[in-house]
Amino acid sequence: MLFSYIHLLGSFVIQICTTIGKFTLFFIAALRTCITTKLKISKTFAQMNRIGVESLNIIILTGLFTGMVLALQTYIGFQRVGGEQLIGAIVALGVIRELGPVLTGLMVTGRAGSAITAEIGTMIITEQIDALRTLRINVFQYLVVPRIIASTFILPFLTLFSMVFGIIGGYIVCVHVLELSPEDYENSIRNYVEIEDIRGGLIKAAFFGLILSAVGTYKGIYTHGGARGVGIATTQSVVAGSILILIANYFLTKVLEHL
Amino acid sequence: MNNNAHTKTKIKIVDLQKAFDDHWVTRGVNLEIPAGQMTVIIGRSGEGKSVLLKQVIGLITPTSGQIIIDGIDITTLNEKEREESFKKFGYVFQFAALLDSLNVFENIGITLIENGASHEEIVPIVKEKLSLVQLSEDTLDKYPSELSGGMRKRVGLARTLVTNPEIILYDEPTTGLDPITSRVIHELMASMQKQFNMTSVIISHDVETFKYADKVALLHEGKILYFCDAKTIWESDNPYIYQFIRGLTQGPITNEIPYYKNKQ
Repeated sequence: MLFSYIHLLGSFVIQICTTIGKFTLFFIAALRTCITTKLKISKTFAQMNRIGVESLNIIILTGLFTGMVLALQTYIGFQRVGGEQLIGAIVALGVIRELGPVLTGLMVTGRAGSAITAEIGTMIITEQIDALRTLRINVFQYLVVPRIIASTFILPFLTLFSMVFGIIGGYIVCVHVLELSPEDYENSIRNYVEIEDIRGGLIKAAFFGLILSAVGTYKGIYTHGGARGVGIATTQSVVAGSILILIANYFLTKVLEHL
Repeated sequence: MNNNAHTKTKIKIVDLQKAFDDHWVTRGVNLEIPAGQMTVIIGRSGEGKSVLLKQVIGLITPTSGQIIIDGIDITTLNEKEREESFKKFGYVFQFAALLDSLNVFENIGITLIENGASHEEIVPIVKEKLSLVQLSEDTLDKYPSELSGGMRKRVGLARTLVTNPEIILYDEPTTGLDPITSRVIHELMASMQKQFNMTSVIISHDVETFKYADKVALLHEGKILYFCDAKTIWESDNPYIYQFIRGLTQGPITNEIPYYKNKQ
């Protein structure tokens, strides 16, 4: 009985180590390709369009309603202590430092990260990647690097939209629903929000873009087992990407705090 | 191996073995493929014919053994040297493996596009290869999903021809095609063979392929059991060949479907 538990634990640890090792090697290969080969500009822009521009509507909606609910929740709490004039700063700091980048990362993981895995995974099971290899086309240069670069660069822009619409959402609730002073909302943002807060949020977003695309392409490249395999890889990509973003968020906040 | 002494060997496979986890698919293949000829490798489904071909082109790394191409053992080469050696190869996939996000023009010209050739340079080459595989220029704007199985295979062949390979490997080129389209594909392969004096290796179940081939090899239980001239195959009294080409259920080849795990 004890032996079987130890065996199970050992298998689990080996599996985790194998996955981390494979992912690290994959990431190093992508990085090496990025440095040593020419970037496919047109493919990178096409991916920026797919990952970024096509995600814009959901990011705007997410930002808007997050700002709105944040304003509402803050009001419920702050009216008890008479701090209504600080709602603007709370909403702005919330969406700029935390909710904007994290929710953008999670939404794009669900929308574009899954699509990256499904697309590359389907190419694997239909031998399209093998075909590229036999034609001596660098798969990392052709498929992986453009997606990673596009995602890393476009996520801060998407996050910027999320931040702006979050603040607008908060303003709508404060001014038009709760009938608070618009000057209080604007002034508190001016007084308490600093440029470093925005910079930190955008740096986080770039890292989240890197994480979701690296995980998405990795899961796609290691897809096996037909249509079911593509389904499994896509689910794992979204789950792993989201969890890694949440974990990275904590550590990035810690690191950025000291910068 | 009954190799013709007058014909130069293009590919020499020596005691090639491949295991996936603990399952051996290739169990010591020895085969000499003559230059400028068409060699067909036959065998039952799941015998590891595709695995053998993918080891030759480097898509799968062998567990042990040698693959000697033009006198150089490619299994001992580093990644860059091997890449150079694979320039000699073209590979036509069973289901063509066309990139479904690209149209026919982009699929055929993909190697030129990726190497930075201009549109003006690419167009005549793509049109030439398209006419070689007997497809009209109307197909250039079509996407793989709009093509029939036979057309997809022809586009796959045209895409391979763009790289001017010395050796062309066909993975079950006529599987799933009607007899007329199969014949078109067979004639196309034979025509390419004659025009460009390429070394062709075909894996197939289709006995019609023997009409066009020079040599036939039988892969069974991970080994080449028989290698002979295609012209004399119907007279062969080898029990394995006799049973296989006639599709008999009685004989040394059992009805049990071989287990094969497609994983690297």
